[in-house]
Amino acid sequence: MTDRQKLVEVTDLRVRFASESGPVTAVDGLSFGLGAGESLGLVGESGSGKSTVAFTLLGLHRGSGAEVTGTVRVDGTDVLAAAENELRALRGARAAMVFQDPLSALDPYWAIGEQIAEVHRVHTGSSRAASRRRAVEVLDRVGIPDAARRAGAHPHEFSGGMRQRALIAMALACSPKLLIADEPTTALDVTVQAQILDLLHDLRTEHGMALLLVTHDLGVVAGNTDRVLVMRDGRAVERGPVAEILGTPRELYTRELLAAVPRLDGPRERPAGATGDILLSVTDLRRHYPAPARRSAAPGRRALLGGREELRAVDGVSLDIRRGETLGVVGESGSGKTTLGRLLVRLTQPTSGRIRFEGTDLAQASERRLQPFRRDLQMVFQDPVASLNPRRTIGDSIADPLRARGGPSGPQVRREVGELLERVGLRPDWYHRYPHELSGGQRQRVGIARALAPRPKLIVCDEPVSALDVSTQAQVVRLLSDLQGEFGLTLVFIAHDLAVVRQVSDRVAVMRHGKIVELGTADDVYAAPEHPYTRRLLAAVPVLDPAEADRRRAARAELRLPEKESALAS
Amino acid sequence: MIRFLLRRTVSTAAVLLVMSAVVYLVFYAAPHDPAVLVCGKGCDGTRLAVVRHKLGTDLPVWEQYGNFLRGLVAGRTFDSGNDVTRCAAPCLGYSFQTDQPVLQMITQRIPVDLSLTLGAMVIWLLLGVGTGLLSALRRGRLVERALTTLTLAGMATPVFLVGLLVLMLFCASLQWMPFPTYTAFTDDPAQWAANLVLPWFSLALVISAAYARMTRSSLLETLAEDHIRTNRAYGLSERRIVLGHALRGALVPVLTMLAIDVGQILGGAMLTESVFGFDGLGRLLVTSVNQIDLPVVVGATLFAGFFVVIANAAADLLYALADPRVSLA
Repeated sequence: MTDRQKLVEVTDLRVRFASESGPVTAVDGLSFGLGAGESLGLVGESGSGKSTVAFTLLGLHRGSGAEVTGTVRVDGTDVLAAAENELRALRGARAAMVFQDPLSALDPYWAIGEQIAEVHRVHTGSSRAASRRRAVEVLDRVGIPDAARRAGAHPHEFSGGMRQRALIAMALACSPKLLIADEPTTALDVTVQAQILDLLHDLRTEHGMALLLVTHDLGVVAGNTDRVLVMRDGRAVERGPVAEILGTPRELYTRELLAAVPRLDGPRERPAGATGDILLSVTDLRRHYPAPARRSAAPGRRALLGGREELRAVDGVSLDIRRGETLGVVGESGSGKTTLGRLLVRLTQPTSGRIRFEGTDLAQASERRLQPFRRDLQMVFQDPVASLNPRRTIGDSIADPLRARGGPSGPQVRREVGELLERVGLRPDWYHRYPHELSGGQRQRVGIARALAPRPKLIVCDEPVSALDVSTQAQVVRLLSDLQGEFGLTLVFIAHDLAVVRQVSDRVAVMRHGKIVELGTADDVYAAPEHPYTRRLLAAVPVLDPAEADRRRAARAELRLPEKESALAS
Repeated sequence: MIRFLLRRTVSTAAVLLVMSAVVYLVFYAAPHDPAVLVCGKGCDGTRLAVVRHKLGTDLPVWEQYGNFLRGLVAGRTFDSGNDVTRCAAPCLGYSFQTDQPVLQMITQRIPVDLSLTLGAMVIWLLLGVGTGLLSALRRGRLVERALTTLTLAGMATPVFLVGLLVLMLFCASLQWMPFPTYTAFTDDPAQWAANLVLPWFSLALVISAAYARMTRSSLLETLAEDHIRTNRAYGLSERRIVLGHALRGALVPVLTMLAIDVGQILGGAMLTESVFGFDGLGRLLVTSVNQIDLPVVVGATLFAGFFVVIANAAADLLYALADPRVSLA
């Protein structure tokens, strides 16, 4: 192939795991190379084997019982054959990994600076003091303010974005030649995601590091890698320069994947404007919580009595929801969007304010008075694993609201559940299956069937698709909009993904710090955002066009300069 | 920290108050008249009335309880007219059967349980955590199977059996050491330790089995966590990972278990005390229950409860020290 030795060379890699239902082939004859300073995006849906490849590069499969064949060379080390100490000399020193979930990836008992210093000391044999200085240096480089002091903080004292920066700092500690990033921004808000990706980009140009970016998000790949490898079922489907793969994909699978990505610029499925009467109306709705000790994420305020900080999760929200419409609610984590959703269906009692549903104020109603309204107000939860009882069959879970209604006999309930299962695209004879036998998308369909069972008027969907792959996401979104037409449902669609919300909503509310900062028709909000926060959110959304992604990054860098200057001045 | 101590003191007092009330009610409602027992044989009606009056058992239960509480602060005087018994504050009651203040009977015996428990604790922690560590690191190998079998056997063996066996072996058959008798630490530290070695090991051997299992499962769980994977991905040695990163998190649940055990055993290790003939709180409680010496029962029970509450407060304190995410509030 090339004259010079590649930094990473993977040839005919096969990884097999033993599972209860026989051996599973996670990676099936994959070959690729990565030269020094190059960047490659490894893209695929969950189960495609992309993370397994990333782990194998550092020999992290060892001890897991996986059966690995082929060859993997990283910076001259034969990873599959190398001795344990040879491998340790590679890990963290010449090839470093950035993990997906920065909270669980850091040791909760150790100060962040100490964890980074330990890695540096192990590989360089430096003194404790020198390694600590290096830790502060890299923390400062990744943009942790007041790094010398913050190095003594523990992971739980950092926000999600700062934890991810800290993890990147750890990767930088020994100036590696290769950075492997496994879904580095999946757990983060869109604005923080943009910051982290920009940071990775800057570091790469600065240090000439090679980057292997593993992600399910084609938008993340667009602006951050030179080449892309699309994986499916452990095999390479298509590979090439990023502009080519995203612009003119040859393979059907890549085209399908691209088509499923919700876009900010694509056509909208929904004709704007449902003009029904007002179904639910909330006025000056508030929900306050006593703030957690010490650190409070949102601005709190000292309560008059007790002197305890207060967290205002929802802080004076007023809005009307019209019959038959879909209201999208977007916001970053901690903006109060989930609390608002729970208030709308009265799963949470508001601290103050009014909730009028078809003429009745439910805000402070007792559980007994709420009873007749429960069936009208339903909710679909984000995590279908956690919101289904793992010890009950999915049929029983869906039947609960039917039985709660009282009346129908056993066989009738059984029949209705069968119909519901069929309606959400599952088989009626799956009544006796358990949640763990289902995929993520199927479980979310069960969640939807359960919400649908009592024939509600309003369903609040709280991040219903954020745990799903893009193609599954598209199917579930389509299902929801079909059901809406069929049953005359009113939907509140809560999500942090601006593109998904745009796709499904008639009107959109943008939330920040417990308040609605902008509310309008989806077309208005996305085409002509009025609030600067909305504009910032929209600017941070990854785009699929690499050239456009570069332009946007430059624009963000411009925006950051005055910020830095003003920070220096103050 | 000060808030924590203050809150804990108040809640401890509240727990003990409720406990004392319940114990009082249960035992004083029992169909035994303490006066009859104190009065002895050949007791006639007039004499019994005098004794009752002295003991205060002629009063309604709530008044008796009130006197008990008042005695804690002000001391008590049991007076039948011609025969006066004083019990200085803090008076936890007076045992007329042994003619001693209850508090004195208990404080005399506390050093026995303190020595027994804390010494055994050191051994069972070393033994249990060590075994657990070893079997977690040698998972699936012969060493682990052997250790698992041993710990299961340990859990299934009652302490009196182990105690009797070591006594028969070391003291009777081999005659390596004399039968233990408790010697106070302040009298002769060497003798204190020599006499406690067998009880320590008997108690620790049995208890350590549970710690071995707990440490093993907790360590395996911690080793499967994401931050351990990070350690591996950054080239740390297995030894550094286990001792530096995994063990600390793994020992947190062990701490909870330790607090419960120490609190309980401090309040009386009846079987161990009995086998080795030590006069501790456990035996005191058993004897007083058998002889229906109610003031002693109440006092000993309260002390047992006190130790449990204190041990748990200590565990919370250690929690906060061990885990930066836990704050004392």
